[in-house]
Amino acid sequence: MVQNIIDVRNLSKSFDISSKEQGLKGTIKHFFRRQTKSLKVIKDISFEIKEGEIVGFLGANGAGKTTILKMLCGLIYPSEGSILVSGYLPFRRKENFLKNITLIMGQKQQLIWDLPPIESFYLNASIYDLDKFEAKKRIKKLSEMLEIDEELFIPVRKLSLGQRMKSELLAALIHEPNILFLDEPTLGLDINAQRNLRKFLQKYNKETNATICLTSHYMKDITSLCKRVICVHDGTISYDGKLDLLLKKLSPVKEILIVCRSVEDAIKLENSGFTVKNKIKNEITIIVENNSTTSSLKTILNNFDIEDLYINEPPIDEIIGKILIKKDYGI
Amino acid sequence: MVSNLIKNKISTLLKVQYSTMMEYRVEIALWAISGIIPFFMLNIWTNNNLNESINISNIMLSRYFLCAFFVRQFSVVWVVFSFEEDSLLGKVSPYLIQPLNPFFRYFAQHLAEQITRFPFALVIAFFFFIFNPESIWIPNLGSLFLGIISTFLSFLIQFLIQSIIACLCFWTEKASSIERLLFIPTLFLSGLLAPVVSFPEYVKSWIYLTPFPYLIDFPANLLSGNPINVIGGFIMQILWIILFFPLFRKIWTTGTKKYTAMGS
Repeated sequence: MVQNIIDVRNLSKSFDISSKEQGLKGTIKHFFRRQTKSLKVIKDISFEIKEGEIVGFLGANGAGKTTILKMLCGLIYPSEGSILVSGYLPFRRKENFLKNITLIMGQKQQLIWDLPPIESFYLNASIYDLDKFEAKKRIKKLSEMLEIDEELFIPVRKLSLGQRMKSELLAALIHEPNILFLDEPTLGLDINAQRNLRKFLQKYNKETNATICLTSHYMKDITSLCKRVICVHDGTISYDGKLDLLLKKLSPVKEILIVCRSVEDAIKLENSGFTVKNKIKNEITIIVENNSTTSSLKTILNNFDIEDLYINEPPIDEIIGKILIKKDYGI
Repeated sequence: MVSNLIKNKISTLLKVQYSTMMEYRVEIALWAISGIIPFFMLNIWTNNNLNESINISNIMLSRYFLCAFFVRQFSVVWVVFSFEEDSLLGKVSPYLIQPLNPFFRYFAQHLAEQITRFPFALVIAFFFFIFNPESIWIPNLGSLFLGIISTFLSFLIQFLIQSIIACLCFWTEKASSIERLLFIPTLFLSGLLAPVVSFPEYVKSWIYLTPFPYLIDFPANLLSGNPINVIGGFIMQILWIILFFPLFRKIWTTGTKKYTAMGS
């Protein structure tokens, strides 16, 4: 039986936020009397993650995804509730716990800006108590997996974003952690670099059985890496389960684009009782329920003069967009 | 085995920080030049014959200010500014989840900077002797050794003071403004502008109870061979370190609980 590696119970986090009114009056008032209020950004959430799982955290900006990751890796202290990661309380930041995890933030870097990445790798290796021989072996292995070579010897400031991100990953994985916290790791990368990074993460997970917690606004990251998603809405968990199930539930329909032989046929089809999304000349798009696709197609082919037709799933971004704004998915 | 790993950690950290500093050698040269304030003070003292009032010869006074320059070069600390910037920009976050206190990085950064600074300081000293040939002397090995140790202890005291202030970033974002409050007493009471011996007796008795005279005055007097209470000075330096270190540990542990990982 696969064990839980992350166990979160009734977790909450509040921040003190100061607010200021607009204008000079507000500025003076703010100078003499600061108004702060406590803002609860994570509200009583509970979940478990099993060893080797890849879990995607979904939610709109400010929903609390990154705050959850920061608490899981011990960067910030929870206000209420408990977290156990690999048997440790993350915030205590015990050496053995820290040697087991890594955090990669797409918008932050840990590489030394003015030096080639190789210097940061050896520095990290020494911080994690690896001897030079072991460090060299791991750098070779990871650089092959990430397909970087010459870039290791070029100052970080001269590397492209994609090359830098690969180097960041290498620096963050040199100690071979078995829990990865990835906060928007593909942010700003081009499509090829994103795909390569995803391939690498899949391979790393397969080879090491590492647990991966991931946040991303690129839906391809989520759909190609995560079987399970946790949707965060205003600091609470609005869905925790299989991604497939969520997508089916949120998208119970298909779109069929029908190209009729004539405009008259298109008008006839428009008035035949189907739900029409749009119509341009002899092209008409209708929406049908997933479970009635076959019967609808049969009716159309038997009764209308059709030149061509295309069946489309609604774009994944559109469905995920619904997740970001919805609190309840009825699942 | 364990000592080898620690050695490996420290030497790698120093090597990497030294490589980084070498990228900024011009900046470091300028910083070294900007530290010549003791030479201006020497000029003021000798031109106005102020040294006569404290019974120090011109030569001994110029050696004192040269040594004050050296002590300052190798004890200057800016950790509060680095930490404040890193904290505000969220750069501290990756360091916090590594099994090494981030202040070790800053510590290594300072040591590496001192090593980079050394040749520039020597060049400045060379020019000082050209303009003041009567001040040339070779310090005896004993006072040189003690002077180097007390300079390092002075650096440790300043590093701890600034690290404590830097940790206040966890409560107030602009902790460096608190450091600026300390700049004035440091400037006047440390011996950078005038040897502490020149202060009135009742003021001196108070000053010696603060950490300030052990930052510049004590090591500079040791190096220049001026008469000074060596054992008393070292005891005070060590006492201040013993006092500040647990304070730093406490404020660090409490402060990290307040960390909000801003900017990341």
